[in-house]
Amino acid sequence: MTLSNGYPTTTVIGLEVHVQLKTETKLFCGCSTTFGAAPNTQVCPVCLGLPGALPVMNDAAIELSIRAGLAIDCSIPPMTKWDRKQYFYPDLPKGYQISQFDLPICADGFLEIPDPANPEKTRHIGIIRAHLEEDAGKSMHDEAAGRGDTRIDLNRCGTPLLEIVSQPDLRSSAEAKAYLQELKLRMTHLGISDCEMQEGSLRVDANVNLHIEVDGKKIATPIVEVKNMNSFRAVERAIEHEVDRQYDLWEDTGKTIEDETKTTRGWDDGAGKTFLQREKEESADYRYFPDPDLLPIRLPADRIEAARASLGELPAALRVRLENQYGIKPYDADVIVNQGPALIAYFETAGTKSGDGKRTSSWIQQDVMRTIKDREIDIDQFPVSADELGELLRRVSKGEIDNTRARDVFAHMIEHQVTVEAAITALGIESVDDNELESLCKELLDANPQVVEDFKGGKQQAVGSLIGQAKKRNPNANPQVVRETLIKLLQAM
Amino acid sequence: MLDSALEILRLQNDGEATAVEIASAALDAIEASQPTINAFTHVDREVALAAAAVVDAKRAAGGKLGPLAGVPVAVKDVLCTHDMPTTCSSKMLKDFRPPYDAGVVERLRNSDAVIIGKTNMDEFAMGASTENSAFGVTRNPWNTDRIPGGSSGGAAACVAAGTVPLSLGTDTGGSIRQPAAMCGVTGLKPTYGRVSRYGLIAFASSLDQVGPIAWSVPDVALLLQTIAGFDRRDSTSLNLNISRYSDGLESADLTGMRIGLLRESMDRDGVDESVRQATLTAADVFRSLGAEIVEIDLPHNDYWVPTYYVIAPSEASSNLSRYDGAHYGHRASDISGDDELGPLVTTYCRSRAEGFGDEVKRRIMVGTYALSEGYADQYYSQALKVRRLIKGDYDTAFGQVDLLLGPVTPTPAFPLGEKVDDPIQMYLCDLFTVGANLAGVPAISLPAGLDASGLPVAVQLQAPVLEESRLLMAGAAFQTATDHHQRRPSATRH
Repeated sequence: MTLSNGYPTTTVIGLEVHVQLKTETKLFCGCSTTFGAAPNTQVCPVCLGLPGALPVMNDAAIELSIRAGLAIDCSIPPMTKWDRKQYFYPDLPKGYQISQFDLPICADGFLEIPDPANPEKTRHIGIIRAHLEEDAGKSMHDEAAGRGDTRIDLNRCGTPLLEIVSQPDLRSSAEAKAYLQELKLRMTHLGISDCEMQEGSLRVDANVNLHIEVDGKKIATPIVEVKNMNSFRAVERAIEHEVDRQYDLWEDTGKTIEDETKTTRGWDDGAGKTFLQREKEESADYRYFPDPDLLPIRLPADRIEAARASLGELPAALRVRLENQYGIKPYDADVIVNQGPALIAYFETAGTKSGDGKRTSSWIQQDVMRTIKDREIDIDQFPVSADELGELLRRVSKGEIDNTRARDVFAHMIEHQVTVEAAITALGIESVDDNELESLCKELLDANPQVVEDFKGGKQQAVGSLIGQAKKRNPNANPQVVRETLIKLLQAM
Repeated sequence: MLDSALEILRLQNDGEATAVEIASAALDAIEASQPTINAFTHVDREVALAAAAVVDAKRAAGGKLGPLAGVPVAVKDVLCTHDMPTTCSSKMLKDFRPPYDAGVVERLRNSDAVIIGKTNMDEFAMGASTENSAFGVTRNPWNTDRIPGGSSGGAAACVAAGTVPLSLGTDTGGSIRQPAAMCGVTGLKPTYGRVSRYGLIAFASSLDQVGPIAWSVPDVALLLQTIAGFDRRDSTSLNLNISRYSDGLESADLTGMRIGLLRESMDRDGVDESVRQATLTAADVFRSLGAEIVEIDLPHNDYWVPTYYVIAPSEASSNLSRYDGAHYGHRASDISGDDELGPLVTTYCRSRAEGFGDEVKRRIMVGTYALSEGYADQYYSQALKVRRLIKGDYDTAFGQVDLLLGPVTPTPAFPLGEKVDDPIQMYLCDLFTVGANLAGVPAISLPAGLDASGLPVAVQLQAPVLEESRLLMAGAAFQTATDHHQRRPSATRH
């Protein structure tokens, strides 16, 4: 990339993604992790760090972390342990966070992402590590009317987080977004996390700097860590802003990575700017040491292999298979895979039954997903089973029912929760006999000599006006078949 | 004087005394001794008598009673109790009332013991003299000008003063055995993980262990039986069956047992002649009981104290972070005026400066330094390596002998104030005891005589992990053959 007036520049981005694991209870106690409860109602002596209380590990978090690590091609070491990361802050009741320092649960993986610059290619993004840690609480600063109060909600204390740290392999905001989308897809697909950014179950910090080439020499700008962005759009915009800002700053001051240590900046979405949070004059000393209240965790090879076997097909492979097996476009395969395992299964069942992957994909993307959204339900609660939808679409493909009538049938099935067969009967839909249809068409042609004349004169579309009439006389007539029959008769005339 | 738990159980069974009468006697004795000994930080007569009345009512109704029914037990003020303050003898936790009981306290309640009160200690269990208490020093019942030892000074002194038969202490580097030795009572530090640490306010998590203090081995065994066992709320708690510690103590036989005498360690400077003599005499007693005595050495003995004084403060600096004035503990009232640090940091600094005593601050500083970037490798990591060597010494020794015999303390109880200004001298009180904590092995302090001025002297037995029964057997045999544990301080004899 070359900026407007300047030197060839490479953007260097590394992401730290905090994924909240979808466990019922917290990392070291039995408290609920449900989002949105009244402040300080989901707490106990352990997550409050009350004197004398001790942490007890939640094995479900370990299991989810192993699955997450395997999903991003990490190795899972045979032993992992807990460390204390120490700092004072009002939302950290123990004065330390239980985390992992030198032996994280996942190490050395990668994520293959579509290359935004070239749809034919992919990019290989390295993952340094993923470690498990407890979340801190939440400070709410009340500065209204000159007050300086801070209220602390400790509900979130002890919620399990997996921090996934990428290599600085990302080269643009578009790549960062693609990486986050692929990561989120894998985590939601495997049920590891909800990845709801608004609820804080996926949080992103971005480390950004530039490598500027001046007279064949590479100059690096100081690294900036942009903290806690709450949408993919914000991540993209913040990175783009940083690229411009850092380049301009370098032009103004000439400061490089040697002159300044990493700084932390926040993102102001309204202003579209990052702002300085604190200057790390020297890096914080967290005084990590092994937590003596928790034993190291052994992860035998058979446990890891069992987890690997349970993963099933990952999204990337799934997409390719759906394209090939059902003859759908990459875009459509992507939409379906993005909806998660339950909808994928629904699609596969319906598509197999209908024998028409394309039609099934389009019905699911339009009719099914719209209904789900309107009714605020999950696919599991959808009133039409995949089998019944498949059967309906099979009949459409065979020409037994036209699309319009099929939508009536579908609506009836949703409303009354009945089978295709029952819906068709209830709506009085019968398949129209070919001879019956032919005589109907003959009658219409006889009654409309103008249409015959127009057709003979080369105006094929003239038959259109008769299709509506045919439908009026017999609602079960398939417009497509009516059109074909009319043309056949006209051509024979 | 009701100084035996077994005797108290017998009295109630035979209808000679009620739990309320026994609790009253204990409460009266505490009240009488408190002005001079100051062993307790909290006693609530009504609560204790109510607990005793429940036991009497249960007995009257023919209900099933626990193994410590109606026995008064004192609890060190580092163990959480939901119905009494838990202060760690610190200004920091002066008003702390935990919403829950420690695992061991729950077990005491389930065994129908009567929790009589909370005992004084060195602040946050840091010290060897109980002089570092925000609630005043505890005095040694044998000589009130002397320290009772520490940090479980109150826990040992309350037994020695004849106020309660049983008491719970905690031992991080010798804090049960050293005060037990100086107060002439029997104290046991169990294997690390044998007793739950849930609700024990942490000093150094990898070393802390709760244990019993009483006059004699059978009473110690009875209390250990009650508190030992798995607790799923403590990840370091051992999920193993426990022995029946009281079984077979009367007929303990040491024939063929090999006891290693830690001779070399005794011959160092600063070890009082009375301690040396008592240890050698004890070796003779064990020999006369059929044990074979062999001299043995734990090669890294010289590194025990330095290793301990890196690891324990490191963990303490972390464990005590939570007392920041924002969440727990004392909060400084005046936090204005320091614009440079801002109100938050000023709150932390002033609260901790006001809430903690000197020794606690000293250890937080040492621990913070030892863990800090650039020094952790030199101190903390190095100490962990040496700790493994020390454990290795024990493994090697226990390949050759069944028990280790040596002193508990270098000297009998020293005068109050003698070492308060010399932390290094104070730390050397732990010379013989910290090894058991670093290695996680069980150890017991047994009264072994009086010195020329009438102060108690003791010996220590150490056993391989989980061999508490072996310690108790040997201790019981020793007490059958001697009467040291039957001596009582004349000053407080009732």
